[in-house]
Amino acid sequence: MQLLNTALGGLTLGMVYAAFALALVMIWRSTRIVNFAQAPMAMMTTFIALSVIEAGHSYWLGFAAALVSGVVLGAVLERVVVRPVEGGSDINAVILTLGLFVVLHALAGVIFGNRFRSFPAPFGVRGFEVGDRTIGLTGFGVFTILVVLVVMALLVALFRFTDLGLRMRAAAFDQEVARLLGVRVGRMLTLGWALASLVGSLSGLLIAGGNLVHPAYMDSVVVFGFVAAVLGGLDSPTGAVVGGLLLGLSLSFVSGYVGSQLVPLAALGVLMLVLLLRPGGLMGQAPTRRV
Amino acid sequence: MRGRARRWASVTLVRHLTVAVLGVVAVTFVLTAVSDFRAIQLTEMAYLGTAAAGLTVLTGLNGQISLGHGALMALGAYTTALLLPDREASTPLLLVVLLAVLVTVAAGVVVGVAAARLHGPYLAGATLALAVAVPGIALHFESRLGGEQGLPVAPPEVPGWALDAGYFLTGEDPTRTKFIAYVAWLTLIVTFLLLANLSRSRVGRRWRAVRDDEVAAELAGIDLARARVSAFVVSAAAAGAGGAMLALAVRLAAPGSFTLVLSLTLLTAVVLGGLGSLTGALLGAGLLTFLPQVVTDVGTDAGLSDIQAAQLSPLVYGVVMVVVVLLAPRGLMGTVHDLVVRRRRPAPPPPPDSPHPPSRAGAVSTTTKGTTP
Repeated sequence: MQLLNTALGGLTLGMVYAAFALALVMIWRSTRIVNFAQAPMAMMTTFIALSVIEAGHSYWLGFAAALVSGVVLGAVLERVVVRPVEGGSDINAVILTLGLFVVLHALAGVIFGNRFRSFPAPFGVRGFEVGDRTIGLTGFGVFTILVVLVVMALLVALFRFTDLGLRMRAAAFDQEVARLLGVRVGRMLTLGWALASLVGSLSGLLIAGGNLVHPAYMDSVVVFGFVAAVLGGLDSPTGAVVGGLLLGLSLSFVSGYVGSQLVPLAALGVLMLVLLLRPGGLMGQAPTRRV
Repeated sequence: MRGRARRWASVTLVRHLTVAVLGVVAVTFVLTAVSDFRAIQLTEMAYLGTAAAGLTVLTGLNGQISLGHGALMALGAYTTALLLPDREASTPLLLVVLLAVLVTVAAGVVVGVAAARLHGPYLAGATLALAVAVPGIALHFESRLGGEQGLPVAPPEVPGWALDAGYFLTGEDPTRTKFIAYVAWLTLIVTFLLLANLSRSRVGRRWRAVRDDEVAAELAGIDLARARVSAFVVSAAAAGAGGAMLALAVRLAAPGSFTLVLSLTLLTAVVLGGLGSLTGALLGAGLLTFLPQVVTDVGTDAGLSDIQAAQLSPLVYGVVMVVVVLLAPRGLMGTVHDLVVRRRRPAPPPPPDSPHPPSRAGAVSTTTKGTTP
């Protein structure tokens, strides 16, 4: 029974990590930057949702407000702050996103305060009862899984079947050629960041539902999201989803059978194993060495 | 030819030693003059500076980024705490620090071997995971490592010779706080001396060669992996020494001291000062120590609550980090250095018909980037 519950919990968590990893992969594909600021960005938008909800509006209005502010935040950050370091040195881009990380953290502390606050959930957060037993799947968990699946389907539809998606893929694939073919590459990159930030905000909302939020509540998620993305191959959206699910399941087992404090250590172990054994990830192509 | 080379090497060593001795004298003067409260702040500056120096060598000279130096400091601090559990523990301080460094070096080898295969964002992510994972170990093994409360550190009694020396200099016995401050600054100076010499030596040139062009370095016969691992190990040793000093100063090794924030703070110090500059690392550590007070005061005056005002200093660091990357990628020291160089040697105006204006700035930045002053 515990095995099943741990697996169900891991599945729910894995969906959220998958969404977060997908956000990282989208940004990595288009701008070759790992956006470490993704976690505090999602934290900010979750706090915006919380403010809306605490002002007496419905959960769904807060939900929408978070997603919209996520889009705006992603677009503005890309256009204003990130654009100058795109295509530059790796280290500068990493330092920049970490700088944003610190800024957003501190801003949240100044604006929303530094204490733990509880975030509501629209559905039950108690496990379903099957017969006389409670299983480890909650109403909110089902909602989480469904929402992530819907968003993924929408993203696939966008990138596969629309002209806009084609242009975005072209901009990510080869900026120079895309520009020659008349794609407004800059706009596509901004849009890519905005979409990724939307997916990131969504994972922030899903983690927050029924839990406590705090300016640092997403910090470990950026690590898990990154590990999931690398596990699947940083270049592959499918890989991000598979990696997220695998990581969610394995971390859930570590948490259930070994100790919840060691979960980040287990994530580090998974990351090290992947990087040392199969640096391209499960679904990525082996990186070609640039000479 | 050999004799000449040796003479030059000795000149560098002599210069570094002179600076180190001057540093010791200056530190002695300052620490005898200040209050115990300021001495505590200066101790903080010293241990942050020691760890930041390690990070700046790694990032600036070898091009590897580490967000895990806070975790390495934790190793040094916990080793110190385990060796100095109570008053009766008689492990000599020097031995404690050396063991703390040794333990961190061992961890540095493991992390460094893994890190040597990684690049830019992958390395950043892996070390970020390290920074988040290590405090969890202390929480999990609560009986051995004290859990959330942490392990107390009993700082050793001030030894007799230090009492005598302090009495000789100031006419009063140095307090334990002052003694720890001396120890921390002495550690900083020794670390800086070793790092400065190392970065001027063959080892340092190899690190830079690997940073600038892997292929060229490999063609020149440099073992890339060995250069990367050695840079990481040296850097980890400095972090371990910093961590040991932190434990002595705070008298506690607790997971709360080694959050992700500490690792990011170290990176801020390094970026502020300019990657690869030891002076910059010290400057950054000084800013990190003394800026929060100023900023928090400004915040409280502006009508913010204490909790909000406490968040202002990280806000300033973050903004400064972003601005430095965008406007002055070479940090404060680098920018000042450029200004001085430009003033001393004004660039000749390009001839009006020259089709390719010489790009001076570019040339300067590639040749001076990352050299230790």
